[in-house]
Amino acid sequence: MKWKKYLSVFRLRFAMCLQYRTAAFAGVATQFVWGFMEINVFYAFRSSDPAAFPMGFEQLASYIWLQQAFLALFMVWFMENEIFDSIMDGNICYELCRPIDLYNLWFARSAAHRMSRALLRCAPILLAAFLLPPPYRMTLPPDALTLVCFVFAMLLSVTVTIALCMLVYMLSFFTVSPQGLRILFAMIAEVLQGIVIPLPFYPRNVRRLMEMLPFASMENVPLRIYSGNISGGEAVRAMLLQGFWVLLLIAAGKLICRRAMKKVTVQGG
Amino acid sequence: MIVMKNICKTYRVARRNAGFREAVKSFLHREYDTVTALDNVSFSIADGETVGYIGPNGAGKSTTIKILSGILTPDSGECLVDGRIPWKDRIGHVARIGVVFGQRSQLWWDVPVDDSFELLRDIYSIPSDVYRRNRDELTELLDLGKLLKTPVRQLSLGQRMRCELAASLLHSPDILFLDEPTIGLDAVSKIAVREFIVRLNRERKTTVILTTHDMQDIEAITRRIILIGRGSILLDGDLSDIAGRGDLDHTVAELYRSYDI
Repeated sequence: MKWKKYLSVFRLRFAMCLQYRTAAFAGVATQFVWGFMEINVFYAFRSSDPAAFPMGFEQLASYIWLQQAFLALFMVWFMENEIFDSIMDGNICYELCRPIDLYNLWFARSAAHRMSRALLRCAPILLAAFLLPPPYRMTLPPDALTLVCFVFAMLLSVTVTIALCMLVYMLSFFTVSPQGLRILFAMIAEVLQGIVIPLPFYPRNVRRLMEMLPFASMENVPLRIYSGNISGGEAVRAMLLQGFWVLLLIAAGKLICRRAMKKVTVQGG
Repeated sequence: MIVMKNICKTYRVARRNAGFREAVKSFLHREYDTVTALDNVSFSIADGETVGYIGPNGAGKSTTIKILSGILTPDSGECLVDGRIPWKDRIGHVARIGVVFGQRSQLWWDVPVDDSFELLRDIYSIPSDVYRRNRDELTELLDLGKLLKTPVRQLSLGQRMRCELAASLLHSPDILFLDEPTIGLDAVSKIAVREFIVRLNRERKTTVILTTHDMQDIEAITRRIILIGRGSILLDGDLSDIAGRGDLDHTVAELYRSYDI
C-alpha cells in the first residue's frame, strides 16, 4: 500500500501537533481579538460611506471570522521550520535514505500540521463569532449547496496553499538561506490572497487580475463562496481555476524537487 | 556485495576572504572553488563483512557513505550495491539498507520512540509480524524497555543512540552503514553499541560499514580497514596488518603522518 506511508506520516504529525495546547490557546485569543479589531475598522469605513462598501457587512463579518478561525490553513508564512532546518543542516539525509518520495512526504507533513492547528483553533472562534451581537455576528451560508461548495473550495484552497509552500521548500535547496524566499513569498501572498484586505475592496481592474493569480485561489474563493459573495457560475469557474493551480503548482514543485535531488549536497558533514 | 569503481565526487565551495569589503564583492560576483571529495575511489566488500572506514576529518568518509546510501550522485565512476545503482534506484535501494548518522537524529523529537518506530514500519512497509519480532528482539538486545514510551527529547544521548540503532534495523536491512555511531557516548553506552553490532553481524550476517575516529570501535567491531585520505584510498587490508604495535591510536596517527594526510 503506497498511500499508507503518507497516511502514517500525516497521522503522526497530526497527533504531535495536538499536544501543543498552550500555543492553541494563545492562537485562539489572538485570532479572536484580531478579528474583532478588523471588523471594527471595516465598520468605521462603512459608516463614512456605505455606498462605497463593496460587500454586504454580514458577508464581511463571516469572511473575517472564517479567516481567523482557519488562519493555519491559509497563511503562507506558516511553513514547517523543521523542513528548512533539515535542508540547512543536512538532517535531510535521513529523509533521503527512506523508501519514500520526498515531495509527498513533506506534503503530507504540511497538510497534517495545518489541519491539526486549524482544528484546535477553529471551534472556539466560530462558536463565539456565531454568538456575538450584530454587526460582529457571523451568519450561516444562504443554503446547503453553498456549504458543500464552501467545504470543497476549502479543500482545494489548502492544497493550493501547501503546493505553493512546497515550491518554497524546493527552491531552498538552491539558496544559502531559505529566509529570503520565505519572506518574499509570504509578503506577496498575504496581500494577493486577500488576507490584508479582502479582494472585493480593490479597484475593479486590479481585482480582476488578482483573481486570476494562484494566491486568490488560496483563501479568497472559499470565504467568498461561504457568504454568497460569489455564487453560481462564478463560483464554479473559481473552483475550476483552483483545480488548475493545484495541478500546475504540484507539477512545478515535483519538477524542482527532481532537479534538487540531482544536485543536492548534504550540508554540514 | 558492494562494488565501488573509480568513483569521483567534487563539491563547489563559495570562497571569499574575511571582511566586509570582500563580502560585498562576493555578493556581486561569487567565486567558486572546486573541492575534490573523492578521487577514483575503488573497493569491494563481500556480504557479511565488517569494514572500518577510517581517515582524518574531511577525508571523504561521509561522502562515500552518502553515495553508497543513494543520497548523493557521484560525478563519475560506477557503484553497485547488491546489483543496484544507489542513486538511480534510490527508493528500491534504501529499502534494503540501514543507516545511522551518529551526529543526527531520525527519531521525531516530541513523540515517544514507539511512535517513530511505527512510522518507520509503515514507511518501509514492514509486515506486522516481522516488525513485532524485530522490535521485540532489538528492545531486548539494546535494553530499550521503558525508553520506547519516552519522548525523544527526554532521552540521554546514549539512550537515544541505542534507539537510533534499533530504528535503522527494524526493516532487517542486509547492509548497515554506521557513520560515527559512538560519538559523544559514555563508556557503558559505547560498549553496549559495539557488542550489539558485533552480535548483529554474527547472527544476522548483516554487512557492516563503520566510519569512526574511535579506534576502539574499529578494534571491537571490524576485521578489515580501509584508510582514506584526501579523497583517495591509501590502504585496504586486515586490521592485524597495521595493529600489533601497541596502542592503536598512536599507530593510526603514525599512519596518517606517513601518508601526510
